[in-house]
Amino acid sequence: MTGTGDGRRAALTLGPLLFNWPAAQRRDFYARIADEAPIDSVCLGEVVCAKRAPFSDPDLPEIARRLADGGKEVIYSTLALVMDDHDRALVAEIANASDMLVEANDLGAIEILAGRTHVIGPFVNVYNEGALAWFAQRGARRVSLPVELPTAAIGALGARAGAVELEVTAFGRLPLAISARCYHARARGLHKDGCRYVCDEDPDGLSVETLDGQGFLAVNGLQTLSHGVAALTAEIAPLRAAGIDRFRLWPQAVDMVAVARAYRDLLDGRLGPEEAAGRLAGLVPFAPVTAGFVSGSRSHYWHGTQGLAD
Amino acid sequence: MSEASIEIVAPAGTPAALRAAVDAGADAVYAGFRDETNARNFPGLNFSREEMAEAIGYIHARGRKLFLAVNTFAEAGRPEPWRRAVDDAARFGADSVILADIGLLDYAASRHPQLRRHLSVQAAASNPEAIRLYAAAFGVRRVVLPRVLTLEAIAKLVRSAEVEFEVFAFGGMCVMAEGRCALSSYVTGLSPNMHGVCSPPSHVRYEARGDTLVSLLGGLTIDRFAPGEPAGYPTLCKGRFCVRGEESHLFEDPVSLSALDLLSALGGAGVRALKIEGRQRGPVYVGRVVAAFRQAIDAVARGEAPPTVALGDLTEGARVTAGAYRKGWR
Repeated sequence: MTGTGDGRRAALTLGPLLFNWPAAQRRDFYARIADEAPIDSVCLGEVVCAKRAPFSDPDLPEIARRLADGGKEVIYSTLALVMDDHDRALVAEIANASDMLVEANDLGAIEILAGRTHVIGPFVNVYNEGALAWFAQRGARRVSLPVELPTAAIGALGARAGAVELEVTAFGRLPLAISARCYHARARGLHKDGCRYVCDEDPDGLSVETLDGQGFLAVNGLQTLSHGVAALTAEIAPLRAAGIDRFRLWPQAVDMVAVARAYRDLLDGRLGPEEAAGRLAGLVPFAPVTAGFVSGSRSHYWHGTQGLAD
Repeated sequence: MSEASIEIVAPAGTPAALRAAVDAGADAVYAGFRDETNARNFPGLNFSREEMAEAIGYIHARGRKLFLAVNTFAEAGRPEPWRRAVDDAARFGADSVILADIGLLDYAASRHPQLRRHLSVQAAASNPEAIRLYAAAFGVRRVVLPRVLTLEAIAKLVRSAEVEFEVFAFGGMCVMAEGRCALSSYVTGLSPNMHGVCSPPSHVRYEARGDTLVSLLGGLTIDRFAPGEPAGYPTLCKGRFCVRGEESHLFEDPVSLSALDLLSALGGAGVRALKIEGRQRGPVYVGRVVAAFRQAIDAVARGEAPPTVALGDLTEGARVTAGAYRKGWR
């Protein structure tokens, strides 16, 4: 049964919201997460585009308070690609606040955090035990691993993680790339500097198809994600056996409370992997649910559910 | 080639390309071993141990430098090939190692403190704080900047840090921040970070559909070409895709980067070296591009206008862009 990893309880992290949702939708979303979702930790903060931050920042303290009242560990995630003074100011504001637990998504944030306990986000390249040891000695107590890391590498890291807690992405459109260029703006014939915030039109990202009409990617401002929504289920038990005790769910505009419950039930052995996969597929109307990267196969991850076969 | 002039760092995937680069006036050449430890891990390319030792002798005899690229991320549980590459770089007397992986930087700094360390573009260090960390923790002396920064941002970075800066000046252009792109991995299972390849030839196919030609990567349609239209290589981020029913080169047109027109600006910004992309290209490409930059840099150094050189036939889609160096690109 999927249930336990040698009796250790697995935890769930809700990753930072990658999309540009209206303030009201964001507030309602986190209120429900705080009150109803069986989630242990919640990441807040703008990770994709600093231009969005002025609109979401004012609500953060209230959202954080609500989440803490709901018993969640609150983590502040920093920007993934830090290029100019605007970006740097946003990172510095978070990383310098000594009362917050910070998830660093760029080496610059790690420099500012110097020695303080923190979390390493999935946009920082931790591919091997050497990097893991170095980050741990710098104060990392948890590392959310890059999404492209294959199962074997996760296992090798799990065996050498020591006191560092490792996290693997389990659910959501996979963040695949980040750029200086805004593709949401470009799709509309606009530039980043005059983007009119068109990324707010697509709460789960803007779908990109091949010329044959096959769902392929999704763009979200500067970011490119997978079209399919990754939902690891059959892979959870082997990952737990490999020493992974924490899984990340990325917010999508679906019933995330139900998604979290499906994972909690799967982790606690109340739900089998196939039932969990079925339940998750039923919760995602806008794209196919796939196995993501962690399938051990070296090719064709985008094929989706077939990826579960191996 | 005065002390003050900007340095040309040329690619070499073969000993022949290395000689072409030296003959054309490159100040330094970068090259890697024939395995997954470098970011251009293509069949038939790169250097055996013997070739590398020889290449370093050849370069040094001519007063130039060799930078050894070990710029993929070591595989978990199997760090040996990467560590051996760094050890051999030190043993053969390479002038620097180009590294991206934190684990490997840590290894190189502690085992070979005398071996100069350059930060690979694959580390995508794009702000003063990140660069300060790499310099302080690993003694990094030069940073190769990711192709995401404007000229203005580069000038600011140069002023903020105590390291040298190298920027991409010509060749293939990543539109995503380097080292943080899993697109190739997503489609083919092979990635720049882990395997040293992007959109690898092993997964490329061309298919005739009626009178149009379709290029595919990993079975996925990347572009379509009308009769007579030159069929480009299906690099993922240069493909044609469909958004809300409209077809476009959503990420980037099939173009190459050229900063040939920006030499004065880059020099003025305090950039120390210009990197030419293309370890997968032949000696003719390397020779011609290096020669063009040599002429232009020397002309600028003499206070003359740089000569116009046609490199269009060496670029993707016969077109060039200044990429992120100009703000409007974003």
